[in-house]
Amino acid sequence: MTKAVITVVGKDTVGIIAKVCTYLAEANINILDITQTIIQDYFNMMMIVDIDASSKEFGDVVTELDALGTTIGVKIRCQKEEIFTKMHRI
Amino acid sequence: MLNIFEVNETNHMIEQEKLDVRTITMGISLLDCCDSDLQKVNENIYNKITKFAEKLVSTGQDIEKEYGIPIVNKRISVTPIALVGGNCCKSADDFVTIAQTLDRAAKTVGVNFIGGYSALVSKGMTTADRLLIESIPKALAVTDRVCSSVNVGSTKTGMNMDAIRLMGEIELKTAEATKEDDSLGCAKLVVFCNAPDDNPFMAGAFHGVTEADAIINVGVSGPGVVKTALERVRGKNFEELCEMIKKTAFKITRVGQLVAQEASRRLNVPFGIIDLSLAPTPAVGDSVAEILEEIGLEMVGAPGTTAALAMLNDQVKKGGVMASSYVGGLSGAFIPVSEDQGMIQAAACGALTLEKLEAMTCVCSVGLDMIAIPGDTKATTIAGIIADEAAIGMVNQKTTAVRVIPVIGKGVGETVEFGGLLGYAPIMPVNQKDCSAFVTRGGRIPAPIHSFKN
Repeated sequence: MTKAVITVVGKDTVGIIAKVCTYLAEANINILDITQTIIQDYFNMMMIVDIDASSKEFGDVVTELDALGTTIGVKIRCQKEEIFTKMHRI
Repeated sequence: MLNIFEVNETNHMIEQEKLDVRTITMGISLLDCCDSDLQKVNENIYNKITKFAEKLVSTGQDIEKEYGIPIVNKRISVTPIALVGGNCCKSADDFVTIAQTLDRAAKTVGVNFIGGYSALVSKGMTTADRLLIESIPKALAVTDRVCSSVNVGSTKTGMNMDAIRLMGEIELKTAEATKEDDSLGCAKLVVFCNAPDDNPFMAGAFHGVTEADAIINVGVSGPGVVKTALERVRGKNFEELCEMIKKTAFKITRVGQLVAQEASRRLNVPFGIIDLSLAPTPAVGDSVAEILEEIGLEMVGAPGTTAALAMLNDQVKKGGVMASSYVGGLSGAFIPVSEDQGMIQAAACGALTLEKLEAMTCVCSVGLDMIAIPGDTKATTIAGIIADEAAIGMVNQKTTAVRVIPVIGKGVGETVEFGGLLGYAPIMPVNQKDCSAFVTRGGRIPAPIHSFKN
């Protein structure tokens, strides 16, 4: 399984998760885990997703999620999981 | 499974603390490009580089995008050209044509520097070595992306004082040949002692003769990450300070290892080494000097600077070594003056002198780096500076280097602007006492006694 980590950071507003999940469903990307907190009105979410069955190239998913973030007014990053596991796990 | 704090920590390092992979450098052997016909050699070199490195830049960009980590530079190092052109180059100008070919190949594949316009003369110079060295001023003046280096000594061979004297003159000629650009040519020229074969950092990168046909070497960075981490242990003892540096160096290096393995796999080129270096940039918050100041110095150059740097350098290695399967290159903290905001400020106000910088090079990589000196400095004085630095490397069995820029037409108190990652620097005073009778004696300084280990 190839996993990616999606992070969303920004001012809390209605429908952030809905919009991200809709995009992922359309791209056939399965969500494995969601963690979310709100710190001082700031929305902070992390999703771990499975990109094996994705209908899109990973690079395009990165670009399109970034663009989606711009339209909602939040910062969305999508990164392959290894950058985090390599750094934080021995 | 990963938690949100770990993910945020990594992204904070990238976004706020300027964590990046400084360079992916592809080493390419040009030994099989040798021929007796100069034109044929130039064709072979161009074809080999553009074939091997065709996808280097795009692969680097793909990795950047997929992992969200900036990879600042994609570069190439090649076999020392004095070896490749030895058979076909009958004059210095013949060697210059090879420099132009390297420049053209670098532009075709889109890398910002190509290193290896080099000669290895730690014991003696062949005719080809001498011709290449004599061609350096012109080669660096007529090309944009070619970097040159000359190895003038080693712990095993001693120091080639003839080459060192010659390099003093070549530095000045290079400065003169590029005086329209504030003697920028000298920023692309490094004089080494104990030069490593697998260094990915410019301007001193070359692909050693002991290396495979092609290899991927990666240089990591992250002074800003270390600086921020150390803010959390202010006032704590050295044990806690050292632990924090090690943990941070480990995390930084793991990112470099990941990028190196991915680049190696995608390009189908073996992974060589990770260079564990703290490489600063002129950007605020990306400075090795600021780390030393965070450790407890009012300003870099103050008493205690050498000890703090020694400790920092050692802890970076101890933390980084476990994070990578192969460590090599220069591996240590870099202390270039013009590329580090804290160093620039310290040099500008007189807290940091050439002599203190020399002391600092005894305990870290690499050497006197990106230091602007007056344009009227004598060639023999520059040779003396090179000899001092080479002696430190030779006796301490470490790499040392000199990248000084005698800025033609400028003197102490003025500033020189190189632009981009090369930054800007105040022109630093040089000791005016003469050493010409020493450097013009001729011959070699023998290898030190502790080099005889067989």
